[in-house]
Amino acid sequence: MQVTISVNDREYMAEVEPRLLLIHFLRDQLGLTGSHWGCDTSNCGACVVWLDETPVKSCTVLTAMADGHRVRTVEGLERGGELDPVQQGFTECHGLQCGFCTPGMMMTARWLIDNNPDPSAAEIREALSGQICRCTGYENIVRSIRWAAEHEAAERARLDGEDADSVPEAAG
Amino acid sequence: MTAATQFSPNGAYGPLRRKEDARFIRGRGTFVDDIQLPGMLHGAILRSPLAHARITGIDTLAAEAHPKVRAVITGKTLEELQLAWMPTLSQDVQAVLATDKVRFQGQEVAFVVAEDRYAARVALELIDVTYEPLPPVVDARRALDPGAPLIRDDIAGQADNRIFDWEAGDRARTEEVFAAADVVLAQDMLYPRVHPAPLETCGTVADMDTISGKLTVWSTSQAPHAHRTMYALVTGLAEHKIRVISPDIGGGFGNKVGIYPGYICAVVGSMITGKPVKWMEDRSENLMSTSFARDYHMRGEIAATRDGRILGLRVRVLADHGAFNGAAQPTKFPAGFFGVFTGSYNLQTAHCEVTGVYTNKAPGGVAYSCSFRVTEAVYLVERMVDVLARELGTDPAELRMQNLLQPAQFPYTSVTGWEYDSGDYPRALRLALDIAGYPELRREQAEQRKGAGLAGEDAGQPGEDAGHPGTLMGIGVSFFTEAVGAGPRAHMDILGLGMADGADLRVYPTGKAVLAISVQTQGQGHETTFAQIVAAELGISPDDVDVVHGDTDRTPFGLGTYGSRSTPVSGAAAAVVARKVRERARIVAATMLEAAPDDLEWADGRWQVRGDPGQGKSIAEIAMAAHSGLELPDGVEGHLDAATVYNPPNLTYPFGAYICVVDVDPGTGKVNVRRFIAVDDCGVRINPMIVEGQVHGGLADGLGMALMQVIAFDSDGNCLGGSFMDYLLPTSMECPSWELGTTVTPSPHHPIGAKGVGESATVGSPPAVVNAVVDALAPFGVRHADMPLTPAVVWRAIQGRPLRNDLATT
Repeated sequence: MQVTISVNDREYMAEVEPRLLLIHFLRDQLGLTGSHWGCDTSNCGACVVWLDETPVKSCTVLTAMADGHRVRTVEGLERGGELDPVQQGFTECHGLQCGFCTPGMMMTARWLIDNNPDPSAAEIREALSGQICRCTGYENIVRSIRWAAEHEAAERARLDGEDADSVPEAAG
Repeated sequence: MTAATQFSPNGAYGPLRRKEDARFIRGRGTFVDDIQLPGMLHGAILRSPLAHARITGIDTLAAEAHPKVRAVITGKTLEELQLAWMPTLSQDVQAVLATDKVRFQGQEVAFVVAEDRYAARVALELIDVTYEPLPPVVDARRALDPGAPLIRDDIAGQADNRIFDWEAGDRARTEEVFAAADVVLAQDMLYPRVHPAPLETCGTVADMDTISGKLTVWSTSQAPHAHRTMYALVTGLAEHKIRVISPDIGGGFGNKVGIYPGYICAVVGSMITGKPVKWMEDRSENLMSTSFARDYHMRGEIAATRDGRILGLRVRVLADHGAFNGAAQPTKFPAGFFGVFTGSYNLQTAHCEVTGVYTNKAPGGVAYSCSFRVTEAVYLVERMVDVLARELGTDPAELRMQNLLQPAQFPYTSVTGWEYDSGDYPRALRLALDIAGYPELRREQAEQRKGAGLAGEDAGQPGEDAGHPGTLMGIGVSFFTEAVGAGPRAHMDILGLGMADGADLRVYPTGKAVLAISVQTQGQGHETTFAQIVAAELGISPDDVDVVHGDTDRTPFGLGTYGSRSTPVSGAAAAVVARKVRERARIVAATMLEAAPDDLEWADGRWQVRGDPGQGKSIAEIAMAAHSGLELPDGVEGHLDAATVYNPPNLTYPFGAYICVVDVDPGTGKVNVRRFIAVDDCGVRINPMIVEGQVHGGLADGLGMALMQVIAFDSDGNCLGGSFMDYLLPTSMECPSWELGTTVTPSPHHPIGAKGVGESATVGSPPAVVNAVVDALAPFGVRHADMPLTPAVVWRAIQGRPLRNDLATT
């Protein structure tokens, strides 16, 4: 069957088997190997990508179900050569070791901060509870996501400050 | 002064951000399943549904007729190539594909090579195998019964399911001490079968170039050089015609030390088809067929004086090794390093006996961050000390403090013959108690018990009179001594390969360096830490050192990464080879400065004339000169490159003190870990950020083993832990925010004073968690309960059924 899927803002048309899982479509057909496959049972979350605006486990989504939808993967986090604050947070706070769960963790983290710009440690832990990391014991992942949230807040405050400064000039 | 600055030459040690992160945060790592080669085919394995059965027929015709199938390989195919059996890492053999019978559920029976991974899976369904079921041996305690089914009838002369008997220590002296002791206590305990379950499963891409005769294998391997030698021995290919590449590895924890049948099948598949063949196992295959860990049935006995002086330990172990003895450990150590079971205590005598048996379960035996069974040893002694504390009515922290080895005793030779290199144990325990606020915790617990009417020991069952007692607070203490960095080649080898590791260091004319090492990172950050080691020795920036690893064509021979050996062995090699370079640089610098080499001193990261610091040369300046036309003294070669092989003089012995605080719901048996305090002493810390990350991960592992993880079987030998739905791993919800502390006692024999740390927390944390839960349940008379302490197990323990007497099944 033919599908049309937008992946990281680029449209792909492809002929796929109806049984093809989205994770295999992304990895094997598009060569986007940042999303990983780690279990058969939707437990580990190494395969988390966004389907439209929602994180999903792409090992349990058929490619056909993504037809006409937008997919965002770890490869789409970096924008215009700028790392996403979540990516920066993971490296600043040593939120990754082997790096296998990291893409899925970051995609969930991005979604969390978009929906809750100031998440508490407990809220972060709950958001990650459907994903498994075998290396970090989670603490540094929590810190990484806090780092990202705090830096985004600081950046917003800075931009708001600039806007506030620029208002009188514009008015004048 | 922090530990990092105190011990860091040239300031190169410290919490440097990792070099490897740049690719991983962009999704640009290269794991085995990311490898795509032109014309690559995909393999899949048909596995046995039965634990023990004779194979009476295999019909592959329908599978071979599938339009996308290129080859179907069975044990018969392999027999013709003399590849049906392969050596294990413990002088046993393992079936690559079963020829005679299957010996565990999930055993490899046939291999299909097809054009895509889906077609390969479909074709498996088309293979028809007929089995004649045999009675299985599932419970290790029944394996040596008269009349027990013989599992290994393939081994000439094997009459029963016994693999080995091994003992350590002084039996007669131990019997004497036990006979005379005031207090002797015994406790049965099981360290259950668990699986390391790295998030990336095992797999390989094999590419046989039929023209050059070169086999390239991309593999999830913690030990690429050892794998190359194994492939040469198994396949008969010349070793220089084999290249093993371990690209990025998605966690190992011991799971990726051995060679699995799927790897050999992929190699054969590539030989037969002339195409690259990829084989990646799925999660169920990973959990059901690759290296498990533990499965030690232990009886511990402890002897002490009435005033709390521990005199001796005696241990009897029944070790379940599964259907093939595939344990990865040094040859002379069939029970791994279990011999360090005397732990951290100043006792007079000890003795242990270990019997290994075959069962109809997956092979393996040593995996999962266990430091070759130090995990089981530490669990045993730390539980026994708590059992003793309970009997004597002594606080478990005080009892440990009373019996810990003292700093003046180091180097200390244990009663079972291990030479502990360095330690200050009381300091580590004191620090842990301080961080925890231990007296305050005990006060809180006493108040809580008093309020709930549970103040006395053995208060009996929670009844109506006590009212609902709310949660039960428990505090667990453990102290561990690890033995890592195998090892001295005179004593330690795997398959005859001595456990020394090489390092090559090249310094280019502009002073940039490339270090090639034999060990393989699976997330430990070698590309960063090893660059820091070289940078510290050469006075250059870690940014100017690249680390090459994981490719046997580009790195020197060595046995790889497991048993926390990377820093103790390969880290030492990196420091030694950098010092060789530095000594050569001294001669070149002396020529440049027109001084005698002896008149130079290494200071501030450069060679300078003693007493005249203005006269000096950096490594970058020296490197350019070493590659130039500068005339060097007779016998001095140009350039600065060097190589070394490091043969460790001893193991290193990291240690630590852990405290766990739990709250147990007596109504449901659910355990909540409220706090976990971990003080680790791993000697000099090269990158403290990475060390702490390793400790965090190990603590989560230990918590998982203590509370959740078990690979159980039913009485027919069906694996009950074959998916992440059944084999429960800790998530962010079960793990607390870890509280760490550090002491630094350098190793006296390691070039930079470092010890291994990768497994410390996995070794040390399970007894802390179990001791905490048992402490919480003390008012109900519970003295011990076997892991994993799931709600059901805890609830049963409260009901007076603490021991798992149905070990084969959950």
